[in-house]
Amino acid sequence: MALRPNLRILAALAAAGLALTACGSSNSSSPTAGGSGGSCGNFKIAYMGPLTGSAGALGQNMVGGVKMALDAYNKKNADCQVTLKTYDSQGDPKQAPPLATEIIQDPSIVALIGPGFSGESDATGKTFFAAGLPSISPSATAVDITQQGWTTWHRIIGNDSAQGAADATYLKNTANAKKVFVIDDGSAYGKGLATVVKDGLGSSVTGSDTVQTGQTDFSATVTKVTSSGADSVFYGGYYPEAGLLVKQLRQAGYKGLFMSGDGSEDPKFVSTAGASAANGAVLTAPAGPAPSSFNQTYKQVNGSDSGLYSTQSYDATNIVLAAIDAGKTSHTDMNDFINSYTASGVSGPIAFDKFGDVQQTTIFAYKVKNGQLDTANPSPIS
Amino acid sequence: MDFSFLFNNFIELTITGLALGAIYGLVALGYTMVYGVLQLINFAHSEVFMFGTFAVAWVMVFIHGTGQVDQSLWTSIGLLGICLVAAMGTSALIALLLERVAYRPLIKKGAPKLIILISAIGASFSLAEFMGLRDKVAAWFGLEDNLSDYVNQARNTYSSPITVDPHGLFTVVNYRVTDVDLFVIGAAVLMMAGLDTFVRRTRLGRGIRSVAQDPESAALMGVNSTAVIRATFLIGGLMAGVAATLYMIRIGTTRQDAGFLLGVKAFTAAVLGGIGNLRGALLGGLVLGVAQNWGSAVFGSQWQDVVAFVLLVVILLVRPTGILGESLGKARA
Repeated sequence: MALRPNLRILAALAAAGLALTACGSSNSSSPTAGGSGGSCGNFKIAYMGPLTGSAGALGQNMVGGVKMALDAYNKKNADCQVTLKTYDSQGDPKQAPPLATEIIQDPSIVALIGPGFSGESDATGKTFFAAGLPSISPSATAVDITQQGWTTWHRIIGNDSAQGAADATYLKNTANAKKVFVIDDGSAYGKGLATVVKDGLGSSVTGSDTVQTGQTDFSATVTKVTSSGADSVFYGGYYPEAGLLVKQLRQAGYKGLFMSGDGSEDPKFVSTAGASAANGAVLTAPAGPAPSSFNQTYKQVNGSDSGLYSTQSYDATNIVLAAIDAGKTSHTDMNDFINSYTASGVSGPIAFDKFGDVQQTTIFAYKVKNGQLDTANPSPIS
Repeated sequence: MDFSFLFNNFIELTITGLALGAIYGLVALGYTMVYGVLQLINFAHSEVFMFGTFAVAWVMVFIHGTGQVDQSLWTSIGLLGICLVAAMGTSALIALLLERVAYRPLIKKGAPKLIILISAIGASFSLAEFMGLRDKVAAWFGLEDNLSDYVNQARNTYSSPITVDPHGLFTVVNYRVTDVDLFVIGAAVLMMAGLDTFVRRTRLGRGIRSVAQDPESAALMGVNSTAVIRATFLIGGLMAGVAATLYMIRIGTTRQDAGFLLGVKAFTAAVLGGIGNLRGALLGGLVLGVAQNWGSAVFGSQWQDVVAFVLLVVILLVRPTGILGESLGKARA
């Protein structure tokens, strides 16, 4: 039995009103600094990046590092703990902006660990900068992010100009590559890294191609590589495509070197490629292996092994926690603290330059041997 | 624009394009059959395919464990046979589930096609997300540890432990044709021929053609339209299961959204060949696969989708009913 038109409109308005109040209340009830617990600020640290999605494994490593740092801090400060709030963007620059808006509207969040990936950093940098929220990214390596004038954006990992230059050096000096085929996936990170590598290689580049994230059949690209007579392939992109690409290259008879950057430096690269195709691949990352004591504690807190970016996010969280301890919790104070912070972290020496990049960085080359990605013994590239 | 590259590697690009297109064609058969009978674009067919790929991977993990190994096509043939049965069964089951839950209630109510289309889209997302949340579902039953090899990291890529290594069989001009290439193309042609024979020669096939031509007259002639519709979905699911097995042989890795892009391409292939036309579906698939590769060769791989879809538009402008045109209902007896 249909309600009379007036009653129907009234019911719809009432439902809309209820929905709006439900949305509104989540913002207004969050604790402000100096809330219920006397002098305890009930501060939160936000993480935004991939947790699910095709490269979600990398994000899980980052959150694990944050949780490890918070666990140690909260044990020492049981009466005034800092909590983590995670925002899953799947590393997607289309999903990140609304999450960024949510983050800046929460006054209890003092800093952001993230964004995880370069594309989403580009997409949300302006929002965070306009709100003044300081952020430290453990993993976004694209060069252009720190050229935008976002003085609150920092990264605790070497950027792609360092990584790409090191990759080109490795190809020229260590691998003695004469004809390199460079492939990228068109993403902010992949294309950026591949471009730096191409610039560094100069005339050794024998061809290039662009594929897409989500692509599974690379037969045309594989044909290009094999017919160009390349002795090395460099891929700028993430592990799902890198794994399939190297698999199809090997099946087509390609015997040369396969090299990629930190987006591929994950054990899933090996399982996607199949053990024999992945063998001999060189994957670089601006991050060294974690010391075994770090991995032990990480495993205790998180129940799984640490991975790429865990040490970076651990160090980044500790910077924020040090700022909280020093009472520097407003956005400007926190940002100044980060800018002037120097220490020796698990991931390496920490000091930020005026653009937000970390000053010293070493690029490590990880190799796949006997069907396993050797994460313990990479060689630094000089 | 690099035409010399295309000409120098013509055979390789064409044969690998045919192998890619064969998989599109098999999935396109499902789209085209359902459209021919119901005038419905079964958006969720991509998830029917995706479930099939997971069935293959899970059977391999179940029988072989997670250790990675390389094997030739011939030594894997027994295991692949079991995987094929599992994939066909799983895809058929999902297709029947879809028909029963998402479409039949609406068809019975005589709902407009647009409403059924929305149901299809919703079903597609639900199935894909369900696969992406399978670790949570396993946790409801307390099985997330026992089944961790199957449900762990549910949104990450999932690879089959057995890599099928292609072996070169013979050389054409400058390309060594592999056993996997021939197997994939041959299997698709065989399945299509079998399906074509089924639709033309059997009673149920005649029923499908009659419901495609005119559902009301068919009902008057005593054709059980519910059974026919169920059979259509079942057959589409079986074809998707075969496609899933071939996909896992060639690519070897899947994910909960693996069906999405492939489904769009397969549907495009079905339209390209003539929607509602079985041979058209396979032809459309092969044409699309080859066009994609040739387009990549001439313009660069980032243009491959542009080339495929521009081709679709051009062909429809010239021949709006698709390459082969005639539909399921008008197939000769």
